[in-house]
Amino acid sequence: MATVETNAASSAVHVEEHDHHEELSFLRKYVFSEDHKTIAKQYMFSGIFWAIIGASLSVLFRLQLGFPNMTLEWLRPILGGWIDESGKLDKEFYLALVTMHGTIMVFFVLTAGLSGTFSNFLIPLQVGARDMASGFLNMLSYWFFFLSSVLMFSSLFIETGPASGGWVIYPPLSALPQAMSGSGLGMTLWLMSMAIFIVSQLLGGINYITTVINLRTRGMSFSKMPLTIWAFLLTAILGLISFPVLLSAALLLIFDRSMGTSFYLSEIYIGGEALPNIGGSPILFQHLFWFLGHPEVYIVLLPALGITSEIIATNARKPIFGYRAMIASMIGIAFLAFIVWAHHMFVTGMNPFLGSIFMFLTLIIAVPSAVKAFNYITTLWRGNIVFTPAMLFSIGLVSFFISGGLTGIILGNSALDIQLHDTYFVVAHFHLVMGAASAFGFLAGVYHWFPKFFGRMMNPTLGHIHFWLTFVGIYLVFFPLHYIGIAGFPRRYYSFTTYEAFRTFGDLNMFVSIAAIFTFTAQFIFLWNFFYSIFKGKKAALNPWNSNTLEWTTPLHPGHGNWPGEIPPVYRWPYDYSKPGATSDFIPQNVPYSQTPESNLPHENALIALEKEIEAQNYNDQFKQPH
Amino acid sequence: MVYLVGLLSLVFLVLAILVLTRLTSVLKGVNGDTPTQESEGASVSNRVNGFLFLIFFVVGAAAAAWSFIHASQFFLPEASSPHGRHTDNLFWLTMSVITIAFVVTNALLFYFAFKYQYRKNHKATYYPENHKLELIWTVIPAVVMALLVFTGWRAWRDITKEAPENALAIEIVGKQFNWEMRYPGVDNDKLGNYNYKLIDAANSLGIDLEDESSFDDVTVSNEMHIPVNRPVLLKIRAKDVLHSVFIPHMRVKMDAVPGMPTRFWFVADKTTEQMRNETGNQNFKYEIACTEVCGQGHFSMRTTLIVEDEDSYNKWMAEQKPWLTKNPEYLARVPEKLKAKAAKYAPADAAAPADSTAAPVEEGVGATTSASLR
Repeated sequence: MATVETNAASSAVHVEEHDHHEELSFLRKYVFSEDHKTIAKQYMFSGIFWAIIGASLSVLFRLQLGFPNMTLEWLRPILGGWIDESGKLDKEFYLALVTMHGTIMVFFVLTAGLSGTFSNFLIPLQVGARDMASGFLNMLSYWFFFLSSVLMFSSLFIETGPASGGWVIYPPLSALPQAMSGSGLGMTLWLMSMAIFIVSQLLGGINYITTVINLRTRGMSFSKMPLTIWAFLLTAILGLISFPVLLSAALLLIFDRSMGTSFYLSEIYIGGEALPNIGGSPILFQHLFWFLGHPEVYIVLLPALGITSEIIATNARKPIFGYRAMIASMIGIAFLAFIVWAHHMFVTGMNPFLGSIFMFLTLIIAVPSAVKAFNYITTLWRGNIVFTPAMLFSIGLVSFFISGGLTGIILGNSALDIQLHDTYFVVAHFHLVMGAASAFGFLAGVYHWFPKFFGRMMNPTLGHIHFWLTFVGIYLVFFPLHYIGIAGFPRRYYSFTTYEAFRTFGDLNMFVSIAAIFTFTAQFIFLWNFFYSIFKGKKAALNPWNSNTLEWTTPLHPGHGNWPGEIPPVYRWPYDYSKPGATSDFIPQNVPYSQTPESNLPHENALIALEKEIEAQNYNDQFKQPH
Repeated sequence: MVYLVGLLSLVFLVLAILVLTRLTSVLKGVNGDTPTQESEGASVSNRVNGFLFLIFFVVGAAAAAWSFIHASQFFLPEASSPHGRHTDNLFWLTMSVITIAFVVTNALLFYFAFKYQYRKNHKATYYPENHKLELIWTVIPAVVMALLVFTGWRAWRDITKEAPENALAIEIVGKQFNWEMRYPGVDNDKLGNYNYKLIDAANSLGIDLEDESSFDDVTVSNEMHIPVNRPVLLKIRAKDVLHSVFIPHMRVKMDAVPGMPTRFWFVADKTTEQMRNETGNQNFKYEIACTEVCGQGHFSMRTTLIVEDEDSYNKWMAEQKPWLTKNPEYLARVPEKLKAKAAKYAPADAAAPADSTAAPVEEGVGATTSASLR
């Protein structure tokens, strides 16, 4: 690909080659496609499918928590035997619901759905590449994910139930089928599914990194890359380093489960017999799990923050404040993400000295996070804000990121974590900071890039209504959970009536459940808007948000290869909004400084001399290769 | 509470419908053009959305304040242990710091959204960076963080240091789905050895009778008694899967891990009786819960904790029969050389009644074998 060529290739040649690519069968074009845009859509539809499943599960267990005395007989047609004789949710099935909700939301929706959709879609379009570095690996990545989804989905329907030991699947509970029925076949399927999922993530991640490093268009230096791409790059690096550790944790667990090894098992007496396993450590699993598990939080969150940076700058009509600080803080967060994992384990019996080290490291991560929040707020300051649905969701994201992030300062403090560990305070914290914030990143991204995905617009009014109902709903769900957490209520409890200390707050739990159902229902506005607009939405303008990034220089329905002619070179950073002196309030990245003398800053006039150099650069255009 | 949700959702529903109706009329005026940045920015909906952010902040702040005040009556009462009161103070200190940050940042976010909404023929300020400002808001959180970390670290260090010499060691063992306690007994102050392979129906803790310290050990499964104002060291283990000892009022939490004994020591300084008077609830009981998911009965692993003064504790302890006395058939497991020492724990037919003065003499012997208890 790196052959030396001049950039004088005529566009006629491209059109010819372009035609060559059109001769794809239906199967290759829409199913086993190697086109990043199609794969992104596949991820998007899968992510939305999983989000509906995952959210429905949470509604089920919220029914149990909010209305403990309600008979759920009416759910028997769907849940069958999981409704017990008295018309209540089965106790183990409750745990299965919690487990699958967590697994689905964290991995299948917010990792695959968010990162898979937008990394695939935006990386080639925003760095100016024809496609991913390897379309084939990219296709494999999706289909491995699909296979893993099928396995996970099938585990919902087996007789012994899906995995039920919490999404963190701590052994020995997850290793011993005699401990709970979900640790039987359900757990086997969970582990198989996750192993394949990790393969998919690695294939995707390698591709994202390679594409960003090697396939940037002429002039697209790292210091001119949109923050979305920075976020996706760092996310992919995080995943590439941490997911293999989860794979090894899962493999050792598979060995313990079916080959009689003792990596995690020791001195266990269960089901009337003493197991022979000696010398293993359940804590080892927790270390390995959280070595992925903590970076995973940022794997979920960083793409959302990247998307938000782009959307906020575009719709505030202002450059993102502190572009370099944003990159630096993302790099800081990405680095620190690897050395804070044990703050999930302060009270697991880990050496207390280790606990204090991890407390120091954990609270450092608050600093780059705070910088990001301040930068977002300052970007709004003296802007000219257009409230597109995407912008609303981005502002909502910043609010969740702040509100949820702040309680992390409490939980990261090991002395305070003693009381709050594994209570609803933790549930409230991470649902706001990573769950709701990342979900808002996904929704913002869908609203913002919908015109590029489908060439049509979503209905903005429905988008506004969807935002307000969801934004208010999420705060109504998760804000009260802090109170329940401060009162000490433990997580993953089927019911709170056993304890005197936890018998209060019955009405608050009911309130939360009603709010959850309300928020869930509001999502159907989005679904309707989404599917309706794919077919019947208004035809989009080429650059509907007056944005600077390269994806808006492609045709309305970019074909294979994205740009019909040459890939445009890039001369400036992506945030030249409302530049003083400029005629328009945005100057796209592909507009050279020589064309905008009226708005150039002094040092930018010097860059005009470099334009010839940029244009003459050799770059990796896959389409220039003879086939 | 339910009224509140009804009210709030009604308010927002009305506002949403307002947006909808006004926007559709505006869109009709635009004559169905493709929506663009300008048309959307200039529309009524933009003003409505900006205004809603302001409303959201005001109503949200009021709702947050009201709900907090309302909910605080259900928070756990003040901790019944000195370390708990200390961490409670730190918690509320940190909470006030983050509440300030929470209110200020959210206020700015929503106010800016309202204030700087799109105006026709207006241009945003090109303001890409300000190193001084960035430096300030990097340093301030860093300093605040450092202070919080330092206070937290000191508390953590004190809580996790070695238990004092005079601490009463009690073993608490988690299993699906209840807790079992073992006391060192009245004759010596030591818990005997255990081995999970010795577990059977009667010997559910795997007490090792080759260790003479275990002869006088007392097991209890329905409630835990501890004396007030005396350090208590919980030696925590699990038989089957992970569990976690959680005593909410003591601010105590530590996982129970199969194969790896853990520990947590604390001082309870309010008796159950005192708490009954303080809370005005004559049925008040301290409770022990499980906070690590362990299976279908996870939510009901309840044990009560009774904190009483030293005298009533000693009285209670004296009434307890050692495990060996309750299970005399296990006398056969005692090795020959210790049979004589074990004899006094034999029930009814025992030659000598329990004599507590004989105990201290034997103390040194058991010390070498109890090492596996950590």
